[in-house]
Amino acid sequence: MRKPGLPEGPGFRRVDSKDLPGQRLHLGPDKPLKLDGGAILSPFTIAYQTYGALNADKSNAILILHAWTGDQFVAESHPVTGKPGWWHMMVGPGLPLDTERYFIICANVIGGCMGTTGPKEINPATGKPWGLDFPVITIGDMVDAQAMLIDHLGIETLFCVIGGSMGAMQVLQWAADYPERVFSAVPIAGTARHSSQNIGFNEVGRQAIMADPDWCGGDYIVHGKSPNRGLAVARMAAHITFLSEKALHQKFGRNLQNRNEVTWGFDADFQVESYLRHQGASFVARFDANSYLYLTRAMDYFDLAAEHGGVLANAFRGTKTRFCVFSFTSDWLYPTSESRNVVQALSAVAAEVSFVEIATDKGHDAFLLDEPEFRATLAGFLEGAAERRGLKRP
Amino acid sequence: MSPRNGHASAGPLRVDLQVVADMVEPRARVLDVGCGDGALLDWLVHHKNVDGRGMELSQAGVNAGVTRGLSVVQGDADQDLRIYPADAFDYVILSQTLQATRDPKGVLVELARIAPRAIVSFPNFAYWRVRWQLLTQGRMPVTKGLPASWYETANIHQCTIRDFALLCEELGISIERGVSIERGGRARSFRVPPNAWINWTCELGVFLLNRK
Repeated sequence: MRKPGLPEGPGFRRVDSKDLPGQRLHLGPDKPLKLDGGAILSPFTIAYQTYGALNADKSNAILILHAWTGDQFVAESHPVTGKPGWWHMMVGPGLPLDTERYFIICANVIGGCMGTTGPKEINPATGKPWGLDFPVITIGDMVDAQAMLIDHLGIETLFCVIGGSMGAMQVLQWAADYPERVFSAVPIAGTARHSSQNIGFNEVGRQAIMADPDWCGGDYIVHGKSPNRGLAVARMAAHITFLSEKALHQKFGRNLQNRNEVTWGFDADFQVESYLRHQGASFVARFDANSYLYLTRAMDYFDLAAEHGGVLANAFRGTKTRFCVFSFTSDWLYPTSESRNVVQALSAVAAEVSFVEIATDKGHDAFLLDEPEFRATLAGFLEGAAERRGLKRP
Repeated sequence: MSPRNGHASAGPLRVDLQVVADMVEPRARVLDVGCGDGALLDWLVHHKNVDGRGMELSQAGVNAGVTRGLSVVQGDADQDLRIYPADAFDYVILSQTLQATRDPKGVLVELARIAPRAIVSFPNFAYWRVRWQLLTQGRMPVTKGLPASWYETANIHQCTIRDFALLCEELGISIERGVSIERGGRARSFRVPPNAWINWTCELGVFLLNRK
């Protein structure tokens, strides 16, 4: 009988950041990043990708904020997994984020593991990977770093900041912290703060990683190990929260995986088990365990209202940014009620806000998938905003 | 908000929407509840320079509004008006929607909270043709203004102009102006408060309301 437990999978291929395609911005001691937690990160690197071209006015730039386990490879094959870019359905010629009309920028977030400074990068002070010496970062820190990149690119005002999930948190932070620099903002499947349930799920994921003996207290790189099993379990749990119960059951039901009867053991009897194990195994090939800890922490700490005296509306007072908030009916991770809170806060300060709830059973992940209504409305919003901005069609 | 450069509104407004539009002062802050595809809001933004927002239940309507560059929130009058603070607008418009709400009294109270003036239009159930059909055929009326049959209609809270006037009175809302939309598309102002003659002869009424 096969031993139960996670399959070995493709194995962790530690990607050397300098081997990744795309662009790098190295910011030296003259441009430190002052973190919300008090520490200073300097020097540091931002890895990013761009698509399309900046126009003469520099008025057509769209900044895409990627989600938790996303990265800057929005519209091209992923350099590690070879899979299509995570938003290839949205970004490209003739698509809503039209690369023939807009200059699309996407940067790996601070604390990430695809080239931007994070816990797997080398700490210049020690010559070894940061590990848990890396300072705890916030969504605000991610946005401040992105603002420095935008400065470097010579762009004063972004035409649009757009992102889903953790990306939506960054959108809201951008709109709150840099209101003059954001012409339009599109937070998708987002929230203004994590609920207890959200924090609880993240904690489960973190504990799984930290309970893996190969985590080595965060120093696994130095020890030549990798907490694959813990990270895979964390991913399996998280993945369930991205899907709706209905869709998951429709896809797998109680169907057995390549067998006609149960094995009376703990192998992956059910199709859903096999699916989740595969999700976990392929995830560890491209993601760093410590990054997982830092980014979930950033999401748990995010609370825009708390930064503004406990009143979310205060974060957006006086804003001239045009907002389009999207939520999905079957998203139970960041349900529509969270988006409505944001809409209510924006309406309280008379902001220009549109809000759309897309009917779908694809759950939280719907923004990554083929949703024609979502695509049509997003395209419509950008079209309307582009006209306001004076961006002509190519 | 300044009018958009080089944007043309698509064609003239439906006659009842034009009557509504004419009641709005330039440069006002306006909320259109049940704004459909945004035609009225678009006209107001373009011709009267209003600072406009829309609320609409249907996906298609929201899409259409958003594509025009309007700020439209997906929502319904019964549940979602609470997102707006008091006096958020100068005018709130509820065009041919009141009779389809679950709680028309609650909705009117919310309208009065959100703006000092409201513009409300609805089909008058006491219009003589409606009375005639019910009287002579003994059936729920189907007319040009009420085209759906009783089991399919979205109009779950029909009322007459007299009903409406009494409810406004009860809620401390005064009727500042009344306009009757006739078949053939003519709009005729009538004296307010509306009398029995108007209750018989007006098929679709448009009312400008003031909270007292």
